[in-house]
Amino acid sequence: MLDLAIIGGGPAGLTAGLYATRGGIKNVTMFEKGLPGGQITQSSEIENYPGQVEVVTGMELMDKWPEQCKRFGLKHDMNEVKQITKTGDIFNIVLGNETVEAKSVIIATGSVPKAAGIKGEAEFFGRGVSTCATCDGFFYKGKDVVVIGGGDTAIEEAIYLSNICNKVYLIHRRDKFRASPHEVAKMDNIDNIEVILNHNTLEIIGDNMGVTGVIVEDKETKEKKTINALGAFIFVGRDILNESLKQDDGSFLCDLNDNGEVIVDLKMRTSCKGLFAAGDIRIDAPKQVVCAAGDGATAGISAISYLQ
Amino acid sequence: MGKYIELTSENFEATVKEGVSLVDFWAPWCGPCRMIAPVIEELAEEFEGKANICKVNTDEQQELAMQFAVRSIPTIVFMKDGEIVDQMIGAASKQAFADKLNSLL
Repeated sequence: MLDLAIIGGGPAGLTAGLYATRGGIKNVTMFEKGLPGGQITQSSEIENYPGQVEVVTGMELMDKWPEQCKRFGLKHDMNEVKQITKTGDIFNIVLGNETVEAKSVIIATGSVPKAAGIKGEAEFFGRGVSTCATCDGFFYKGKDVVVIGGGDTAIEEAIYLSNICNKVYLIHRRDKFRASPHEVAKMDNIDNIEVILNHNTLEIIGDNMGVTGVIVEDKETKEKKTINALGAFIFVGRDILNESLKQDDGSFLCDLNDNGEVIVDLKMRTSCKGLFAAGDIRIDAPKQVVCAAGDGATAGISAISYLQ
Repeated sequence: MGKYIELTSENFEATVKEGVSLVDFWAPWCGPCRMIAPVIEELAEEFEGKANICKVNTDEQQELAMQFAVRSIPTIVFMKDGEIVDQMIGAASKQAFADKLNSLL
């Protein structure tokens, strides 16, 4: 039986593993379906991680984290966790083909890019529609693309794409950006980004080769126009990954808020004894690497005191 | 020990011509591609002699990427006797890839 099971291998899960193992917990396994690192490995630049002075990619930032954790004995199981249940004081970690028991659990599964719910979005996913600029920007070298969204990620990735693409149209449904003024100012200096505010994206259109453009509508005048572009990058927020907490009867293993985020206290304790949550999955998460890492440390320390 | 096959435009057809193949279109700068890299390595061992587990570096093999109309990576193409039978876009679990391969064998 595991002393601690950590679900998810992003900054929160890795840091939880680091603190738990270094803090003396012997049998700790982190479940992550592939190479650890998390969603931040898709980010094109990090300039707000404390102490990290040079601007690096998300992949570069996360490069050494797994190695550091392994040094203290954290084990990595390359499996996807389907469900977490509890029998008495023991947790059951249900994997694809087996079930592992654990005395305590830290869930740090984070989130996935949210779909914008635009017509054509699902149909053309992977054929022009993308949620990862660092992955797919390369395929649009010298081409025109649109970016949909108005938060930090949308603007950061629009800037990234402007270095590769001929032209980037940034379409946002509101009249101002949610993103930080610093990012917005940076973007304003770039000639090949055209900002289209106050427009709804009605449809992503294409042919059998993939996306050819988007149809947008001015929210005030209701005027419609087609923007020709081969790529549509969508950054409209993220969906919490809480599926593994769902029980057979449809209830959840611990309390969630209306957005599906796990309710925790300042020690990252959930309503279920022995279950902790860390990172983007929890309520009020600032969705920053440094915060996720901080949560992981807190959850790791709390798990140690729970196990003692 | 099984190892994945690195495909180029030279060896592509000959490699996927017979039997079941998994072809992972990837690139070094892509986070989710790196994430599934160890999964592909394990699959290469587990399916040794049963299926061809292959990778295409889209940065170096742009013609192949274009031929398969790859516009998002990782794209994992499943082939049988040289014909495309299915594809998956984005990182997935080893189990998901293995299930797909087993269904084709």
